[in-house]
This record gives sequence, C-alpha cells and structure tokens, in this order.
Amino acid sequence: MPDLDELYREIILDHYRSPRNRGELASPPAVRVEGFNPLCGDEVVVYLDVRDGELRDIKITGRGCSISQSSGSLMSAAVKGKTIEQVREVITRFKTMMTIYETSLENPRVPVEVDLRSVGELAALQGVVKFPVRIKCAMLAWNTLVQGLDES
Amino acid sequence: MSSFDARRVRADTPGLRRVIYGRPITYLDSGATSLPPRSVIEAMSRYYELHHANVHRSVFQTAAEATATYEGARESVANFIHAPGGAGEIVFTRNTTESFNLLAKSWGAAHLGAGDVVLLSEMEHHSNIVPWFQLRDATGVQVRFIPVGDDFRLDLRELDRLMDGVRLVSIAAMSNVLGTVNAVREVTAAAHRHGALLAIDAAQLVAHAPVDVVELDVDFACFSAHKMLGPTGIGVLWTREEILAAMPPFLGGGGMIADVRLDGYSPADGPTRFEAGTPAIAESAGLGAAVRYLTGLGMADVQSHDRDLTAYALASVADTFGDQVRLIGPADLADRGGVISLDVAGVHPHDVAQVLDQIGVCVRPGHHCAKLLMRRFGLNATVRASFGPYSIPADVDALVEGLANAIKMFA
Repeated sequence: MPDLDELYREIILDHYRSPRNRGELASPPAVRVEGFNPLCGDEVVVYLDVRDGELRDIKITGRGCSISQSSGSLMSAAVKGKTIEQVREVITRFKTMMTIYETSLENPRVPVEVDLRSVGELAALQGVVKFPVRIKCAMLAWNTLVQGLDES
Repeated sequence: MSSFDARRVRADTPGLRRVIYGRPITYLDSGATSLPPRSVIEAMSRYYELHHANVHRSVFQTAAEATATYEGARESVANFIHAPGGAGEIVFTRNTTESFNLLAKSWGAAHLGAGDVVLLSEMEHHSNIVPWFQLRDATGVQVRFIPVGDDFRLDLRELDRLMDGVRLVSIAAMSNVLGTVNAVREVTAAAHRHGALLAIDAAQLVAHAPVDVVELDVDFACFSAHKMLGPTGIGVLWTREEILAAMPPFLGGGGMIADVRLDGYSPADGPTRFEAGTPAIAESAGLGAAVRYLTGLGMADVQSHDRDLTAYALASVADTFGDQVRLIGPADLADRGGVISLDVAGVHPHDVAQVLDQIGVCVRPGHHCAKLLMRRFGLNATVRASFGPYSIPADVDALVEGLANAIKMFA
C-alpha cells in the first residue's frame, strides 16, 4: 500500500494551510492565466509580472485539493524573482520529477531519477508520483504557469 | 413479508470479494457505476460461449438465439419501466449520454426551431445540458433552467412562468449529486398543460426505486444499464411509439435501413431505426439479466432498503461530525435516495477520497458532471457516497471511520 505520509508531507500540508504568494496582481500589466482540471473541477489563477526577462512577481489564487494548491504555492516560491530562463529550468526539472515511465510489467511505475537537491523544497512533492491519479493535481499550477510564460 | 436481504445480494456480487490494502472493499460509488451480480456476468459469458452470432441477419440456430437474446432484453426493459407500447418503444444506445444526444439530435432537431425553448434544471448532469447547448448553437433553440432552492430541491414556484415558449422539459428524476428525487409528476402536469413534452434522466432513479413511465406520465426516459447492476456499453431511450415514429434516424449504417438504392435509402421502422451497426449484443444479455435480478429483488424493497440505509448514513454523519461535515442535499428522507454528497470543512474532496482509499472505501470526489449545481452552491467539488442494493450499514461505518481519519490529518 502506498504510504499516505509520502503524499501528504508536512511541507505540503504547511503550504496548503498557509499558501505563499496568495493573491492577485493588477492585470494588465500583469499576465493573468486560468487553469482548470476539467475532470475534478480544481482551478488556479496565476498572475505573472514579467519584466526585462525576469519574473518579478507571481501571485496565485484558486480552489482545489491540497496537492494542487500546495504545488502552486511551492511553485510560486521556487520561481519568484528568477530569470525566465531559470524559471523554465525549474519547470523542466519539476516535470521530470512528475514523470513515470513503464519499465517492466513486474515494476510498472518507476519515477524518473531526479537529483532532489536541484529542486529544493519542491522535492516534497516527489511522493505524488506514487499516486499517479494525483499527478494531474500537482501539474495544474505548472501547466498554467507555462501557458502564462508563453503568453507574456 | 419482504424477502429482500442485502447480504444475499452481497453473496451474489463477485466485485465485493475484492480486498483492498488488506481490508474488504467498501464500495460506495454505485452512483457512478454499480457492481453486477454473477448472473449478469454469466449471461454475457453465455452469449460469447454458446450463442455468439450477429443479430437480425442470419437464419442459423445461434443467430436466432442471439436475436432472441437481444430482443428479449428489449422486452424485459419494457416490462421493467412499464412501457405502454412494449418492446417497440425501447431504443438501445450506449448509455444515458447517448440517449440524450439521440433525443436532442433526432427529435430536437426535427421538431424544435429558433424561438422554441428547452427547459432544463440547475441540477442536471452535463449529459442533459451539453446536447441542448449544441442544439441551441445549431438551431437557435433557447435553453432555460429551473432553479434549485436552498432546500436542494427544484424551485417550482415560478414553473408556469418558466413554461412560456417551452416545447420540451428535460430534468433528472433523481439527482446524481444531491440524491433529491424530483417532483416529476408536478413538472409533467405543467409541461403537458403548456403543450410541452417531458423527458427524464432516469439514470439514478431506475437503480433506486420502481419506475413506471405511465404513472410518472413522462414522454421520454433515458438511462444506462451499468448503473442498475448491468454492464457498461448499453443504455436506453424510451419514448411512446407515436413519438418514436416521428423521429428521424440518428446514426446511419447497417441495421437501421429498410432499403438502400442508388439514389438514397429508407430507414427501418421502430427502435432499430436508431440502432445502426452491430449493437451491444452481449451487453443486452447482461442488461436483460440485470432487469431479471432487480425484478427478483423487487424494486419497492430495493427502495426501502435504500431509504433505511440513507437514514442510517445521514444520522451517523450528523451525530459523529456535527457541523464539521455538511450534507449537500436534502436532510429529510422524503423524496430522496441513497446518493449522499458531503462537504468536509477544511478538507478538499480529493484529499478526503484519498484518505478513504487507504481503508478500501470507494467514493467519488469531484463535480459529478454537474457544474451548474456546484456553482449554485459555491462549491467546486463534493465527496459523494452512493448505495446499491448490496450496500449495508457496515459500509457507512467504514465511511465514517475514513472521514474521521481525513479530518484528523488535515484539520
């Protein structure tokens, strides 16, 4: 049985109860992007203040489960103040961490190896891959961020 | 004296033998899909092993048996819902959703035009909303909604005013989220007074209570086999013979024609007009067996069992959790069935369901394909537990145990 404590780490519950960078930015000038998980109804709204190739500020609102909301909070803390290039690197690392691939029938769900030191607090979300149904929850804010970066 | 015994139903249901993480499965998602009894599974196997042939085609023995199975299922379903015109009024579809699409795209497109109104309700499943929006976008039909009151029931006070211009009312007989059993007869009476027809989404009701389309005085009924102990892949549209006769074909192909010539085709009469291609034959055998099984249990007994269990669940949740767990649905037992939506303070439904899974309790978190209803009550999801004839008080106890675990973890 996958251990629930691996999914609901203390850091995740902390970010769920006290989300970082919660709120809105005036849009425009900020970019505002909505993300929905049509299957479960979870939603996030991401506000991005991108100037001179840098993500100066990010705010997030939304409603959803502890995984979708804490992932958004952790994401905002991880990318705020970084250059767009660095933000995209963080996104790539996170997406890799959330990837499972099939190696054999006996052991079908193997997480992709990621150097956890390179992702900082985001490593708390690593347990999500053991609950494949919840990966889409963890990805919601990130996919919305990518959409926002593409639009800005 | 009732012979209904949920423990016997459990013994007949192989799906309940599953063990999840070392505990027997607690299946509380019958509103999404129900667990079939062995007789349903065996009826399907028997078709594949003994009678496998296509229907309505060949003269050999097994083909005749396959056709008899398929048409026999139509007869069984007609009896089950008391279709006045018998088997000739039962159209087999894939599921409730396809039944509504058939209704909108065949009957709706042929009989409704710009300015006509289709009246739905705020508690509809998306399958009884989206096909009408699609029809609106294609033809200019208007779509209007009966509001849902704070008591989680249809607010019918303005019904006569809402009926202006309405040609069809299409509502859930029982809500898949709230468990509310709607006052179908009251709505039908208003619809007929205004010269409109009435369709019901009977997907939940057929599994929880006796359904008599004559007594309900409805004009169309849509439901799925898999929510009434049958297999996936087959559903039903019922309507009266004369309405069916005035409906143009839906999908085109083999089986639905009377003749095909170089210059065109003539459609077949009756239900087969809407059943293009090889139908779900094995599934029809399963559906027929499900109807026989439910008839054997007695739907009136199924309904009283459902009511007793709902009473126990509502009391258990209220006594254990008080205001911490809010019921999203009627608290009184009159006109409600065993579909129970809950909102746990401070814990998102997905997280509740995840914690419940740890002790083998299967519930459904989400918007239940009813986003209008979620918006109406300012929610984005609920946790839903729903009963079948095999559900027992121990299932409710496991649910309460899991809810307590979730609250302990998050609150």
